Amino acid sequence: MLLLPCPHCGPRDAAEFGYVGERVARPDPNAATPQHWRSYLYLRRNPAGWTDELWLHRAGCGRYLAISRNTVTGECRSTPGEAG
Amino acid sequence: MMRLEPQPGEVIDRGRPLTFTWNGRTYPAYAGDTIASALAAAGERVFSRSLKYHRPRGLLTADAHDPGCILQVGDEPNVPGAARRVSDGMAVAAQGAWPSLRFDVKALNRLAGPVLSTGFYYKTFIRPRRLWPLYERVLRRFSPGGRVPAAPPDGRYEHRYVHPDVLVTGGGPAGMAAALAAADLGARVLLIDDQPELGGHLRWGGPDDLAALTELRGAVAEAGNIEVLADSVVTGRYEGGLVAAVQRLHGSGSLTERLVKARPAQLIVAPGLIERPYVVAGNDLPGVMLSTAVRRLIKLYAVKPGDRAVVFTANDDGLAAAADLERAGVDVRRIVDAREGGGIIRVRGRGGVRAVECADGRVVRCDLFVTAVGWTAPTALVTMAGGRAAYQAGAARFVPAELPEGVLVTGGLAGDGTLDELVAHGRATGQDAALRATGASGGGAPISSLEPAAHPQLFAGRTDGVVDFAEDVSSKDLKAAVAEGYDSIELVKRYTTATMGATQGKLEAVNAIAVVAAATGRSIAETGTTTARPPYIPISLGALAGRNYQPVRRSPMHDWHVEHGAAPLVAGQWIRPDHYGDPAAEVRNVRQHVGIVDVTPLGKFELRGPDVPDLLELLYVNRWRKLAVGQVRYGAMCTDDGVVLDDGVSGRLGEQRYLLTATSSGATGIGEWIERWLQTEHPDWRVHMIPMTDAYASINVAGPRSRELMERLVSGIDMSNEAFPYMRVRLGTVAGVPDCVVWRIGFTGELSYELHVPSGHGLTVWQALLSTGADLGVRPFGVEAQRILRLEKGHLIVGQDTDGLTQGFSAGLDWAIKMDKDDFIGKPELAWQRVRDSHLMLVGLQPVDRRTVPPEGCQIVEDGGRIVGRVTSSRFSPTLERAIGLGFVAPHLSEPGTVVTVVLPDGGRVPAKITPQLAHVDPEGTRLRV
Repeated sequence: MLLLPCPHCGPRDAAEFGYVGERVARPDPNAATPQHWRSYLYLRRNPAGWTDELWLHRAGCGRYLAISRNTVTGECRSTPGEAG
Repeated sequence: MMRLEPQPGEVIDRGRPLTFTWNGRTYPAYAGDTIASALAAAGERVFSRSLKYHRPRGLLTADAHDPGCILQVGDEPNVPGAARRVSDGMAVAAQGAWPSLRFDVKALNRLAGPVLSTGFYYKTFIRPRRLWPLYERVLRRFSPGGRVPAAPPDGRYEHRYVHPDVLVTGGGPAGMAAALAAADLGARVLLIDDQPELGGHLRWGGPDDLAALTELRGAVAEAGNIEVLADSVVTGRYEGGLVAAVQRLHGSGSLTERLVKARPAQLIVAPGLIERPYVVAGNDLPGVMLSTAVRRLIKLYAVKPGDRAVVFTANDDGLAAAADLERAGVDVRRIVDAREGGGIIRVRGRGGVRAVECADGRVVRCDLFVTAVGWTAPTALVTMAGGRAAYQAGAARFVPAELPEGVLVTGGLAGDGTLDELVAHGRATGQDAALRATGASGGGAPISSLEPAAHPQLFAGRTDGVVDFAEDVSSKDLKAAVAEGYDSIELVKRYTTATMGATQGKLEAVNAIAVVAAATGRSIAETGTTTARPPYIPISLGALAGRNYQPVRRSPMHDWHVEHGAAPLVAGQWIRPDHYGDPAAEVRNVRQHVGIVDVTPLGKFELRGPDVPDLLELLYVNRWRKLAVGQVRYGAMCTDDGVVLDDGVSGRLGEQRYLLTATSSGATGIGEWIERWLQTEHPDWRVHMIPMTDAYASINVAGPRSRELMERLVSGIDMSNEAFPYMRVRLGTVAGVPDCVVWRIGFTGELSYELHVPSGHGLTVWQALLSTGADLGVRPFGVEAQRILRLEKGHLIVGQDTDGLTQGFSAGLDWAIKMDKDDFIGKPELAWQRVRDSHLMLVGLQPVDRRTVPPEGCQIVEDGGRIVGRVTSSRFSPTLERAIGLGFVAPHLSEPGTVVTVVLPDGGRVPAKITPQLAHVDPEGTRLRV
């Protein structure tokens, strides 16, 4: 079970969090082509290695957190300031 | 009787005799006996039948890994009988043997050998396909495993979370020494061992071993900061250093098992070594045992394992076992030492060992064949943690080659040595772990190396024997798989199922690798090993599940509903009143008089701040910017794929204060959804969201006489139709309770008001409504009546009349979707949906036969069976006295008046007419505006 570094609560078990997904920028809704918009909706990089994700600390501070996770080693790093 | 005189280290308590039953017969035992040791002491030799060929199986390892001793204990299947201790009155039975252990007709499988050849799963039962149901029925009878109880087991399970500085798994001499040394440096230590008592192999050793054991155990007991979990097994190591262990508490206290989830700063792996069986013809006959098995039986349980023995050894432990056998009165007929060129051709016997055929041609009659041919180091935890194991040919075993961060090894897993060397290595490892865990320094003094001792590579003889005892896979099967082209060990594993049974490779993996290596002409190192994955031992589903802490939510009026005979409806976490006896009468009362319904689970979110209009414009498909204070609007939300997410009414309570409502089922998710857009996309917006769902009790007052009723209870609000018209919201006092929110909205289609009352006063207001309105005919109604009322009015329910593919224009929301807004969630997809113009449409349906209510989910078909829609909601309307519904149909069928065909569950077809609009009752909306 992952141990996620919450910048507000400290390291916590992943069971406290909700997984939102890979962080994908939302395109301009008035300019996006269907291909562009659907890659925002459905296509994910799913790399073997570091990936930028959004998690919700549901049973903690209730904040959405930007976390970098290494899908190979399970290492997790907080990337504060990037989730807003 | 095979029970010996008292042994110095025995774990049985002869002062506490017990009885238990085995296949219906009563047997004696002592407290401390395992099921297997008690049965062996009574002379029993056969405990199960093998998986495929149903050969009789006896004790092999006499510990938890014993593949031949998996038993049914009462209602509990698949109990390791050589590990589970006997309790008084326990009912034990063999499993998988039919009709009995002694006479098993399935042993005829042996005659059907070719049918069960390698990969038979894949080859035999494929064709003809139509016979598969028959194959399945027959195979079920032959499948292994015990009887799963029909009723839920009465065991209790829970989880425990611990955060020790150092976790030591394995309580042998090195593990105990490591725990002691770490504790000496102030570390909090958790010491986990799979046996009922600490000691590891010292427990069946000589007098010196027993003396050292007493000393180490005493020191552990005295150490203040070592917690010992006995009878517990570490089942895996996961990301973030999480270590899971199952603690067995059978028979002690109220708990059955506990799953311990530990996050130690440092993990010391000290599981010792596992003895390997020898692959040779007849090696699975009852009476073939490992040297550690006979030593456990003699030393721990005072059981004489046989009368006449042959010992085949490649190390000194085999010689020690032979000496133990002789001391126990067993006639050791011959010791065959592989180091001196000795060998074994086959074990002879039927139903049990009768003789051993040696390589020099001698045939020795015996009833016990003991092997000591080598050790397997259980590297599973190390590799699960990201380390690596490498084969050391000189020691004939895989050893940890790379240790991941935070993991140390000691004891037999690290290497071999004298007792003093093992203890010294354990101490140094424990110190190192404690210093790392407490951050005192980079680590302690360098740990002296513990080298694996030289050992002959001895895996298999010239004849074929069983490799995987749990899966009944022989060396012949493995060679056949290689001959068929499966040359990778991972493929051979999957094709033959070797190492895939309950033992999961702990006994058989290295032998399987050795056989495949020999068959492919490669070395063991080149062949490599299969991947070890959690769990390390079979684990009960109860332990994984733990206790159920799912919360139950009840409104402040819940007890009132129960007292007044409400039928409970489980709606997510909420328990709601479904009806109070007659939902149709409740509907009629709302249409004719006035009713009240508890809608507390409704999602409620207060939004404050100057930028709330921006947020609402983004969340909803419709427009919000011009909403004046006191006004209410219906809104629908979509996700960015254009699919309808939620709907509800929201109102403006003050200049910078709004109250947003969401569906009851969507309440939690919508709160997170709003926060997500605020936190990640628009952190600059000045909006504060306060979840209010539980802070307010919510009551809907509906019916033509609802205004009369409200006027009697409300103060501070002008309730006249002119001052407080439809789709407005007011703040005021209700039944003396201040700070209530009063909405004039109409889910039921009647004149109605929705009250949000500070939850502590919910029951007061509820009771005041009923007592004050008695002369107006006020009656409570439940969720079912509310659902009928809303269906009569044609209001959709998100999730009922929409699904995960329903985009906005399919849900009849055309009037609400404002494509000229600069942005809202889902806008591009809705634009494309409108251009495609080929989507299903939500329509009102009325079966031509007034009495036929097609169940929800019925398909709508045309041209003899092509599916062109479905019924999403249907009820019998007490108001119209006819069947009504909502449903999806293809666009060409959506014209009002079209008659479509609905297929009933019994296959019958009924016609239904598309109505001009979704509302069946009062489509003009005059009733709710009076």
